[in-house]
Amino acid sequence: MNSILLSYSLRFLLLVLVQVILLNHINFLGNINPYLYVIFICLFQVNNNRSLFLFLSFLLGLSIDLFSDSGGVHAAASVTIAFIRPVVLKFCFGSIYEHQTIKFKNVDFGAKIIYFTIMVFIHHFILFSLEIFTLSKILLVLEKTLFSGIFTILLCIVTSIIFSRKN
Amino acid sequence: MQQIINFFLRNKVFLLYLFLMFLSVVFTIQSHSYHKSRFINSANFLTGGIYNSVNDVQSFFNLRHQNKLLQEENNYLKSILYNSQAELNNVYDSTQFREKYKLTPARIIKNSYALSNNVLTLNKGKKDSIKQDFGVITSKGILGIVDNTSNRFATVLSILNTNIKISAQLKNTNHFGSLGWDTKSPNIVQLTEIPKIAVLKKGDTIITSGRSIIFPKGIKIGTIENFELDDAENFYTIQVKLFNDMTNIEHVYIIENKDKEEINSLLSDE
Repeated sequence: MNSILLSYSLRFLLLVLVQVILLNHINFLGNINPYLYVIFICLFQVNNNRSLFLFLSFLLGLSIDLFSDSGGVHAAASVTIAFIRPVVLKFCFGSIYEHQTIKFKNVDFGAKIIYFTIMVFIHHFILFSLEIFTLSKILLVLEKTLFSGIFTILLCIVTSIIFSRKN
Repeated sequence: MQQIINFFLRNKVFLLYLFLMFLSVVFTIQSHSYHKSRFINSANFLTGGIYNSVNDVQSFFNLRHQNKLLQEENNYLKSILYNSQAELNNVYDSTQFREKYKLTPARIIKNSYALSNNVLTLNKGKKDSIKQDFGVITSKGILGIVDNTSNRFATVLSILNTNIKISAQLKNTNHFGSLGWDTKSPNIVQLTEIPKIAVLKKGDTIITSGRSIIFPKGIKIGTIENFELDDAENFYTIQVKLFNDMTNIEHVYIIENKDKEEINSLLSDE
């Protein structure tokens, strides 16, 4: 139990630091940044205490907000995907999820990609709509969601492959 | 009563979600309104400290460019100095001749230009008597306005932020308007409300107007890139190309207007 706690806290700190020091300053083609910290919420263990999970996601988003002076946009997006995660899990993994035995290490790769895609796009859509905050710029929101989303999904998949080999 | 408690217990996850969502939306709305004091900003000691130590390393790799900028500025100042030798012989008595603006040098420890509301972090704070609403400039032009301060750090609303407007004017004539940003490009800002009667030419210089108490008059902003009349055909909307490269700035100056409180107290009487 302790080692799980330690590994999650380490992951939390590491993702926040990598996000604010490195990834927030990539600005690929002007303004495209990946938001890798979403992977913490995606790969959190499934049979968890849901209130604690929601709260952790909120804290994660808020730490990113604290560093990037963006109010509460990351917190809102993170809490929302943490809340709807069970639905997405059910949709993507079906019966494995029903039996509560899901291990992200050995699930079907295609299903995993779909899972990441749905989570990341929902997260980014909420993030950018709150950041831009005007209905008239909905096209800009969609554009940013698409480009940043693709970047994030790629990075998430690469990260999950690299770090799952070790275990 | 039992039913109410049961209801809460059954829906506790959903209620927690609603509460956290509400909290984040409140923070977001606060960040969209100019000058609400907020808790969530990067001027606190934790985020400021981390940015500061990271910047110590990063700034090392940018030394050559920053040296060049400082040399250019020195060059400009020296050329003014040597060309006005005669005036310098008059000795100013500092007890009688009070300076109106006080400048404090500072360093940017977090730059941001890709969001729609960009906020920078500086390594000077309350300890260096920096307060809200001080102006921030670089050697080439204006940069923004101080928003939140902690003991050692301050956040600055950049001109690349949709929440602030800065009073600016043409250098040749005194037609003035307000400067804002349409979030499209970090090099181009928009000057609106310039009356139709003004004569404009591409390449004209735009400076601060000195009509607000934040910036003194005559700080350079940029040149006219393009201009057109707005929909009502009464005012020009001018695309201004900034002198500053907003993506690569490090050394800045914070301007304090010492007459600010006096002017403010006059204004609040009305």
